[in-house]
Amino acid sequence: MAILETIGLEKRFGGIVAARDVSLAVEKGARHALIGPNGAGKTTVINLLTGVLKPTAGRIMLDGRDITALDPHQRVRLGMARTFQINQLFLDLTPLETIGLAVSERLGSGGDWWRLVGGKTAVTDEIVEIVERFRLADVMHERTAILPYGKQRLLEIALAFACRPHVLLLDEPAAGVPEAERHELLATIAALPTEVTVLLIEHDMDLVFSFADRISVLVNGSLFVDGAPEEVARDPRVKAVYLGEEADA
Amino acid sequence: MTPLADDVAAYLKRRARWSPLEIAFWIFAFATIWLFPGKYLIMKDTAILALFALSLDLILGYAGILSLGQAAFFGIAGYFSGLIAKYGIINEPVIALILGGLVAAALGFVTSFLVLRGSDLTRLMVTLGVSLMLGEVANRYSDITGGADGLQGVTVAPIFGLFRFDLYGHNGYVYCLIVLFVCFVIARRIVYSPFGLSLRAVKGNSLRAAAIGIPVKWRLVAMYTISAGFAGIAGALLTQTTAFCSLDVFSLDRSADLLLVLIIGGTGYLYGGLIGAVIYRFLQDWISTLTPQYWQFWIGLVLVVIVLVGRDRIGAANEAVRNTISRLWMWLMPRAAALRGAAPDGT
Repeated sequence: MAILETIGLEKRFGGIVAARDVSLAVEKGARHALIGPNGAGKTTVINLLTGVLKPTAGRIMLDGRDITALDPHQRVRLGMARTFQINQLFLDLTPLETIGLAVSERLGSGGDWWRLVGGKTAVTDEIVEIVERFRLADVMHERTAILPYGKQRLLEIALAFACRPHVLLLDEPAAGVPEAERHELLATIAALPTEVTVLLIEHDMDLVFSFADRISVLVNGSLFVDGAPEEVARDPRVKAVYLGEEADA
Repeated sequence: MTPLADDVAAYLKRRARWSPLEIAFWIFAFATIWLFPGKYLIMKDTAILALFALSLDLILGYAGILSLGQAAFFGIAGYFSGLIAKYGIINEPVIALILGGLVAAALGFVTSFLVLRGSDLTRLMVTLGVSLMLGEVANRYSDITGGADGLQGVTVAPIFGLFRFDLYGHNGYVYCLIVLFVCFVIARRIVYSPFGLSLRAVKGNSLRAAAIGIPVKWRLVAMYTISAGFAGIAGALLTQTTAFCSLDVFSLDRSADLLLVLIIGGTGYLYGGLIGAVIYRFLQDWISTLTPQYWQFWIGLVLVVIVLVGRDRIGAANEAVRNTISRLWMWLMPRAAALRGAAPDGT
């Protein structure tokens, strides 16, 4: 069963069509990758899925529910969270406070104005669990702005994970991470619980083929090929437009 | 709980702890009642200005909304409390004060939807526009508000039926100071709550805030409403302690003064409005006795210097002082805990 599905999704910016008739189905528990050359519309699709952009036409279904008209924060509450290609973190806050925000919001106490931060055990317990899972305990009291880039990338994922999503959208999680810090990041992604469905948007073919069990290729705003990794790798059209020599190597 | 969980909870609560410096600040503030008995009037004005600046700091320092229209809330509550006292509808000043705050908060809630659209510049214009319109409405309906002559004949009953507003302004000052302190404690509680933290997140990165499930718009509406309520309480205080209300409660000068106060005192740590109000009011008083006609020249010069020297540098110095104090505090705390741990019932 598809947990996340788009039906004829289209987005125009004036005369430019950034997404055209995108019908994507992400199965429950899948490790699904969305790939495509630069400017293919991957980020537009993510922004449509998360509600940052509203589609010109088409529908988005999450768990069988039409979420096309919902605001971004409402989609998070229904169980879909994302990371960003370029870090979008709260630079003045610590990782602890940052994760605390997401956890309190999910537990419905994010709007409490009389209780002090840190006063609710359910929240702090869950923060601890996330800090440990993402190995952020050693830097949890530092300002986010001064963390090494790899740790910031981890925090990106930890923050999305703290929303306890059923569907997690990872937008180029390994982008820009130095080789030395890369392994920890990839191990963390690989260790995400299997009940969380992951849609990965990625450039890095090694990561895509080692991680994904299904791949969709987006070209010029349209879905081009959709299938298991072996099929996609063999498909001559994909080789032609996208993979080039990489697939042969 | 695991040690890490204790650590996390303690660390998250750490910001909200009252520092010795804060306690000293408030002890001094209340000591002024006995220290400077001849200065009640200017100190009362300062307390009202401080509360008013605190209200702007809540939206500017914690939500990143720049406003030139706080006077709208100050003014509406000022007239409201004046009118209900004049016609004897509600005589108890404290209840009238709270109602004034609620009226201003209601106006804040309604206008918040206009303010949330657009950039800083549009916000400045919209907030300014709202206060100008209200000022003109008060001018137009002069049969109710007294128009340019101001609202005459306001008699404010004694507080709780016990404390009369005396000629020397003693009770008026104590009243303002207590109201300021109560409002400050509430504001402090709000900014250190999960709600307050979520606003800092919204201010820092609203895209991400929405992506972790924070309803950005509603949080801003809520903070704007709270801020308007505090501004209203300040306006009602002015009317109650002067038994008068005039059109200048809505003036642009009043909103602009407030920005100056926060530029002097700094935003986003709550004391900026308070310290700024003290410096601004006493500077104004001091310079205007030296040069009654041209005092604004010197105020202008001080502002230019502050901006040129750089808020950053002042902020950095401020930060350094606060860091030192908090480090000292952190250093003292484990020792205190160890001492408590040595007690027989300690765990």
